Amino acid sequence: MLAAVLSLGGIGLVAAAALGIAAKKFAVEVDPREAAILEILPGANCGACGLPGCSGYAKGVVDGSIAPNLCTPGGSDTVEKIAHILGVEAITAEPKVAVVFCQGDNSKAAEKYRYLGLQDCNAAQKIADGPKACPGGCLGLGTCERVCPFGAIEITAEGLAVISRAKCTGCEKCVGVCPRKVIRMAPLEATTHVLCNSHDKGALVRKYCQVGCIACTICKKNAPEAYQIENFLAEVVYEHHSEAAGVLEKCPTKCIRDFATGYPEGSSFAPPTVPVKPAQID
Amino acid sequence: MDNQLYLSSSPHIHSGETTDKVMRMVIYALLPACAVSIYFFGLPALSVLLICTLGCVAAEAICCKMMGRKMTLADGSAALTGILLALNLPPSAPWWMSLFGAFIAILIGKQVYGGLGYNPFNPALVARVVLLISFPVQMTTWTAPAPIGSGLDAVTTATPLGEMKTAVMLTGKLPELATSGFGNYLTGNMGGCLGEVSALALLAGGLYLLYKKIITWHTPVSFAGTVIVIGGIFWMIDPTKYPSPLFHLLTGGLILGVFFMATDMVSSPVTDKGMLIFGFGCGLITVLIRLFGGYPEGVSFAILLMNAATPLIDRYTRPKIFGQIEQEAKS
Amino acid sequence: MKLKTFPGGLHPPDGKHYSANSPIESCPLPDELVIPMSQHIGAPAAACVAVGDQVKKGQVIADAKGFVSVPIHASTSGEVIAVEPRLHPTGKALPAVVIRPDGEDRWDESLQGADPANLSADELKDRIRAAGIVGMGGATFPTHVKLSPPEEKKIDTLIINGVECEPFLTADHRLMLEQSERLLDGIDILRKVLGLERTIIGIEANKPDAIAKLTQAGAARNIEVQALEVKYPQGAEKQLIDALTGRQVPSGTLPMEVGVVVQNVGTAAAVSDAIRHGHPLVERVATVTGPGVHTPKNLLIRIGTPLRHMVEQCGGLNGDPAKIIMGGPMMGQTQLSLDIPAIRGTSGLLIFRREDLPKRLEAGPCIRCGRCIGVCPIHLQPTTIAAYARLDMIAEAEEYHALDCIECGCCTYICPATLPLVQSIRHAKGGIMAKKRTI
Repeated sequence: MLAAVLSLGGIGLVAAAALGIAAKKFAVEVDPREAAILEILPGANCGACGLPGCSGYAKGVVDGSIAPNLCTPGGSDTVEKIAHILGVEAITAEPKVAVVFCQGDNSKAAEKYRYLGLQDCNAAQKIADGPKACPGGCLGLGTCERVCPFGAIEITAEGLAVISRAKCTGCEKCVGVCPRKVIRMAPLEATTHVLCNSHDKGALVRKYCQVGCIACTICKKNAPEAYQIENFLAEVVYEHHSEAAGVLEKCPTKCIRDFATGYPEGSSFAPPTVPVKPAQID
Repeated sequence: MDNQLYLSSSPHIHSGETTDKVMRMVIYALLPACAVSIYFFGLPALSVLLICTLGCVAAEAICCKMMGRKMTLADGSAALTGILLALNLPPSAPWWMSLFGAFIAILIGKQVYGGLGYNPFNPALVARVVLLISFPVQMTTWTAPAPIGSGLDAVTTATPLGEMKTAVMLTGKLPELATSGFGNYLTGNMGGCLGEVSALALLAGGLYLLYKKIITWHTPVSFAGTVIVIGGIFWMIDPTKYPSPLFHLLTGGLILGVFFMATDMVSSPVTDKGMLIFGFGCGLITVLIRLFGGYPEGVSFAILLMNAATPLIDRYTRPKIFGQIEQEAKS
Repeated sequence: MKLKTFPGGLHPPDGKHYSANSPIESCPLPDELVIPMSQHIGAPAAACVAVGDQVKKGQVIADAKGFVSVPIHASTSGEVIAVEPRLHPTGKALPAVVIRPDGEDRWDESLQGADPANLSADELKDRIRAAGIVGMGGATFPTHVKLSPPEEKKIDTLIINGVECEPFLTADHRLMLEQSERLLDGIDILRKVLGLERTIIGIEANKPDAIAKLTQAGAARNIEVQALEVKYPQGAEKQLIDALTGRQVPSGTLPMEVGVVVQNVGTAAAVSDAIRHGHPLVERVATVTGPGVHTPKNLLIRIGTPLRHMVEQCGGLNGDPAKIIMGGPMMGQTQLSLDIPAIRGTSGLLIFRREDLPKRLEAGPCIRCGRCIGVCPIHLQPTTIAAYARLDMIAEAEEYHALDCIECGCCTYICPATLPLVQSIRHAKGGIMAKKRTI
């Protein structure tokens, strides 16, 4: 009995000593600020800052190799806190969200063929430029949904990507993977958008999509400041976005949407009950 | 109408071989063994089979529902797991134990890892080992075969392997049954799990799978071969203490393991070379447990241990790609 | 005797009975020929005619751009009615010259044939290039590039690919059978260009008539004919070299690395026309086949013939088409419409109806059966690469040799989980190439 107690105790002591020595000998000096910053970062390792993970970013910020205001998911709050730790002035960017500029799901937009195979937008795009007849329309195979580190993207039952304005942190990952460039960044404060990505002429758009912009210019006529039409596609001029919502009802194809009042059809995301929080610009 | 056309990436034809067909074939291959076990053990065997199979199917359905996964009953893998589990239980197994085992197999053995294709261990064996540790008495109570119509009563008996272990431990010598009675072992007239009894029926199923190219020869040959060679070496060292290779082969769950458990695609290596190594490992561990371990039977443990080694084996048996040889010679 | 072959591969249903016994038939001129500027691997040619121009058969209508490029010729005489983007077999609208045939089919008089004996290897090569000849097995790699190995590579063997391992296609088979003289003459010219003697024609054993005919005719010219085991993809370049010479082309290199040049039978025949008659590549043999075609045939078509016109020559459609495939069922490309033109690489047109397509199943999880590994002629682990590709783990996919995949389709064909393995691997290859470009 005694022998057992002693031998086990002995093993324990030796192991403890070895661990203690190893901890001292191989200790890595960490700047306490690095740990403090890592604490603040969202920890999603999304890569929006350009580095593979949050710890890498924290390190980079401390040694000065990367700017302290690149954590878009953390928002201005995080940036301010980081600036505070580093003792520098915070320069926050205007908050942005990603928007899918398309409402043409499978019930509203035509397909030029039926696609069989890998359920991935980039793979489908390689086959005759994707099944959607519209060259810019959302393919709805969920490549953006899979890369979103924040679960902010859903694919509706009819195959349309929709991005939650509440969950989107503006990391732009989805923008990078979309083969049709139908996802673009827009200021969070602008809630009204022309949800169409087709630069085809109106007559052609009508052929393949019920909710595409036909460049009829009605929106521009009614709110000349808020809209511009380029290459057969209307878009909201974000500096004047507040005037854009006024013409929603006049759009003949209903391709203009105000996210403050609702998400595209089939989405499970609820529109914000209170008006979207005002932009945090100092 | 042009928009009715299908476009896809090549190829545009398929062999028609599908996962559910593969599973169905394995189930067919197990039917003779099921029939033999029902013949020898009667209603209790049938009820174990039914409870395990239905239990696994129910567990799979519940899991899919709860986890919000696509219903995967149609692929037949749950039913197959159930049958394999039943074949790994004694005919006297109480109903609650069979049911518990079925849920363990599907829940702990399969679904927690992500369902079919992701389980590192053979689900039926996971359940068997959990039951063996949790309910040692029920799991090692065997009934002697009482063939239907023979009028015999079900009496408690021991498995040949169990008796051998006891005898060797007590006397240091092999019992009588280790050197005779092979005819009974071949047909299944002995105590044991449902699937341990009839070597012939299992062999028929195994050959069917080989013929249908569901499994390849690599794992079975390497597994059984290793048992024969290693078992044979010990037998030659001391035939009074160690049983003959034939005894190893025909008793216990070896044939079931060789053809149906070790060849489980999901939890075994993917390359031919990997399967040979896998089979060798299974064989070695089986013989060592049988001869020197605490348990009389080692097939399940051997396969589970080798399942754990599968990723490693896969890693080190990556096939050399076409045109790689010259390149290496050059550089 | 055991026939030569390579390890791996499989036996898809061959479907050659549809058209194997129908002799090559000349396809009449369509109302409109759509000749794309991009018909070969390499830089597209640049159109050098304008709307309203009268062109003659064989006249250059587009100039080659760069070394890995070839000129493109008018397939018949007529008027250029459009120079605009048209639907291309890749499914994109790409620049094309549209010609309305005048029905006279007059050759350009400036095209002169010559006796190859009087021409040097370089002159022959220049003529081959001017004739726009590309690999006609489907890859459409410019032939003159293949015939111009760097000085230090010693080429000792010419392999003529008559394997035609793709199911359903019989164009090469018929060509070997009916135009063996043209083929053998082309081989002689290729031998002269490469300055070598040893030539092997590889043919799958399922074409005994072609083997017999060429063995007999080739003997006098010292051309060896080798029957090969019927197994897909026996006609893949590297697999063919392995089977015939026992040499493995090192990963990431070209056949010239092991002293071999491989040419398709159709290419060799076209070389003969280019030298003897000065005729550029304006027509080819293509198999129009499949259960969706009324009377499958082997047609001699002009480059630029709309697929619809080809089908009409074969008694029209049989039922509603569900898949239109340019090429064979294992590696062919699905087409958006029958208005797309046939190009130089169009070895066949295969039409499946709905009921001929594989039962549509949702791809299940990989059950690690390992069949894809067994059939892969390159000995890759397709399922592993595909799994990495799905997770966008490009570096890992590269480590598992994704770039060596020849996209033969064996893994996808055999996969019981019906996973689109080749497509996933292609995705990985695209990612790897993109990464390489940015570095």
